[in-house]
Amino acid sequence: MAGITSYGAYVPLYRLSRADISKAWGIPGPIGEKAVANYDEDTLTMAVAAGIDCLKDIDPESVDGVYFASTSAPYKEKQSATIIATALGLNKGAITSDFANSLRGGTIALRAALDSVAAGSARNILVIASDMRLGAPRGDKEMAFGDGAAALLVGNSNNAVDIESTYSVFDEIFDTWRSSNDTYARTSEDRFLRDSGHTRIVPEAVSIVMKEHNLTQADFSKVVISASDPKQLAAAAGRLKLDTKTQVQDLLHEQIGNTGTALPLMLLVAALEEAKADDKLLLAAYGDGCDVLVMKVTNQLEKVKDRRGIKCHLESKRMIGSYQKYMIWRELIFTEPPARPPIMPVALPASWRDRNWGLSLRGSKCKSCGTPQYPMQRVCVICQSEDQYEPYAFSRQRGKVFTFSHDNLAGAIDPPSTIASVDFEGGGRIMCDMTDRDPEEVKTDMPVEMTFRKLHTVNGVHNYWWKCAPIRC
Amino acid sequence: MGSIKDRVAIVGMGCTQFGERWDKSADDLIIDAAHEAFEDAGIDRKDVQAAWVGTTGSGTTGRCLSEPLKLQYCPVTRVENACATGSDALRNACYAVAAGIYDIVLALGFEKLKDSGYSGLAVSQVQGTNREQTKTAPAHFALLATRYFSQYGLSPEEGKKMIGRISVKSHKNGTLSPKAHFKKEISIEQVLRAPIVAWPLGLFDCCGVSDGAAAAIVTRAEIAKNFRSDPVYVKALQISVGHMEGFLRSDYDWTHVEETRRAAAAAYAEAGIKNPREEISMAEVHDCFSITEAVTMEDLQFSPQGHVKEDIESGFFDLTGPLPVQPDGGLKCFGHPIGASGLRMMYEMYKQLQGKADKRQIKNPKLGLTHNLGGFPAGPTISALIVGL
Repeated sequence: MAGITSYGAYVPLYRLSRADISKAWGIPGPIGEKAVANYDEDTLTMAVAAGIDCLKDIDPESVDGVYFASTSAPYKEKQSATIIATALGLNKGAITSDFANSLRGGTIALRAALDSVAAGSARNILVIASDMRLGAPRGDKEMAFGDGAAALLVGNSNNAVDIESTYSVFDEIFDTWRSSNDTYARTSEDRFLRDSGHTRIVPEAVSIVMKEHNLTQADFSKVVISASDPKQLAAAAGRLKLDTKTQVQDLLHEQIGNTGTALPLMLLVAALEEAKADDKLLLAAYGDGCDVLVMKVTNQLEKVKDRRGIKCHLESKRMIGSYQKYMIWRELIFTEPPARPPIMPVALPASWRDRNWGLSLRGSKCKSCGTPQYPMQRVCVICQSEDQYEPYAFSRQRGKVFTFSHDNLAGAIDPPSTIASVDFEGGGRIMCDMTDRDPEEVKTDMPVEMTFRKLHTVNGVHNYWWKCAPIRC
Repeated sequence: MGSIKDRVAIVGMGCTQFGERWDKSADDLIIDAAHEAFEDAGIDRKDVQAAWVGTTGSGTTGRCLSEPLKLQYCPVTRVENACATGSDALRNACYAVAAGIYDIVLALGFEKLKDSGYSGLAVSQVQGTNREQTKTAPAHFALLATRYFSQYGLSPEEGKKMIGRISVKSHKNGTLSPKAHFKKEISIEQVLRAPIVAWPLGLFDCCGVSDGAAAAIVTRAEIAKNFRSDPVYVKALQISVGHMEGFLRSDYDWTHVEETRRAAAAAYAEAGIKNPREEISMAEVHDCFSITEAVTMEDLQFSPQGHVKEDIESGFFDLTGPLPVQPDGGLKCFGHPIGASGLRMMYEMYKQLQGKADKRQIKNPKLGLTHNLGGFPAGPTISALIVGL
């Protein structure tokens, strides 16, 4: 039976207090904070981070595909899943697919993965949902939206979660939308949505599933329902006569915000972190209709509970501290450009040649003297043996900062730009930027890990690569 | 391997005013430096039999020299070897003379940096995956400082004070250099208070960005005295080029520059120098950043490894000290028009050896050393040139 064999999640380190937004605009707003991607993060980098978490002790070469869901992928025309698969180091035969344009995309991708595995066309599929939507400045959606990602590995052996039944209904309605020319999400009247949107379709779909499988509310230890805010969730849960205090998964609205396509899977991960064997869970994802999945936890779940998931990422955070900084990171205002030469475009053939090496932070290991080196060296830097190397993955290795500098001249979006010479625990050294750091905390010999980030964008080409960062948690 | 020692001589040199030369084009700088050198050697442009021109980005091919000077169909080779470009142009010129092919050749280095429109160094970008292009030179050299401080137990404050004294010393020398870009004394307090460019390096730890050109006329040693009574003889010309090993090898300590050690050792052997701290009279080294000068003092064997601080504090490298370093103010005061710097350093050694350094004249110098560091400390191009009487 196809089911979930591992999970992972990613919440950016930075949080913006909603009070900072209120203060900036002089308007009242809801309480709490929202998770905000760093200036060098986007939907795709967050997806890679969630994927790394999910594949913590799993060989990426053993994964047969990546299904990626988002409404805010970095390209309108160009697949994100191939970049994610490359960064994660999947084998070339893996199926890659993007699921776009619906807040239900995460569960649609999950259903497709379950079908692929059930049909035997893949042993396992990594499903990742990631989103980073913008609400227009000074609006309720800016207050509500947060950034994040979740990943589920779907397989058919040693399932941590068995999927017992699935149900989907599509429903044509203008609830939330963004035309291909829109930067900011739009929504229709809240009273119309209350009566005709989420509060109608979610309870209907869940009731159909419960009736069909002879289930009652009491059968579920946790019900996970995606919703745009706690009020909407409470309305649906009320109609379903669920115990909102104990039975309904919290929306994490005060800690993260509405993460769009990623939300249903992030909430599921949060529920699984608290679940135990034999618990029955229901997941209902809303958006252009509703997907409902009934699932049962197995005793294998304990084996994947060492993931960072939601919990660990929530505990590790840093406040941005100002709305202005958020505006700069999201390019909501034009600021004085750095007095430095413009960034040159990437040489695309060079980037293509590097696709199996640098983009996944693969270097080489000399077969003659055994020294790992990055980037790949045809002639060994230690013993000078020629073309005696094998690929060597650095991306998941931790390292230590040997030396560093905080550069104010580089014209970084969030100066200073911290560069570091890092020694990997398994050998080898790299020079890279450091991100998600507090300059005051950076010391020689501090431990770091590698994280996939966006260096810059020129001519519509996002230049993704790896940076080091303090160990997140 | 052969040795260059005493086989060729420099019989004329020229050097422009360095600085933000808004009023001078690259061609103007070339003409000014070359004319001074021709005049100094007592030759005419038509006497030049071959030429080597060094620039990293202000011109291409030998034409960038022959065009402004209207050299008449002689061979001109453009040399590029990062910040050692000027020194390498001179080295190649010397070798051609030593080979017996030419009697009179010109080596000229120049750079026009201030047309870039940017305050900091704005070098041309290498195409590729473009992952490195935002990393600046100050940041790369700051890596040396961070590790040096950590390795030798210096707090950032102690470390910054140590390298700060280097800048104070060079700025003092610069006040005596009419051709320097900066001719102003600074205090250690100013250095320590200055804005941070790339932590831990502040504004006064960094050399300026400027325009300039310098030139040398080289002949065979046997005929040098036909040109002047006080030619300066070449004792050693060494280049060591790294292979970026410090970026790859975790045994690189980021407190020294291996290529400087190797180029210096080879230069001392070529010149027959056993004890450089005693025998070298003066040096112009590549103080692109104050920390670079500090570790260079150790790599050139002027100070024991890890002990440059004592020599800095005792004034060992001051103009009046036992081994003056940057008597003209160095890159710190001249700025660093990349292709010109090596020859500008040589110009100072040449004038000092001839006793023509005016207010900054060092007493009876015998041997002068110039050093360039091109690229980054973890795998640079290093030149170590020694000249003497």
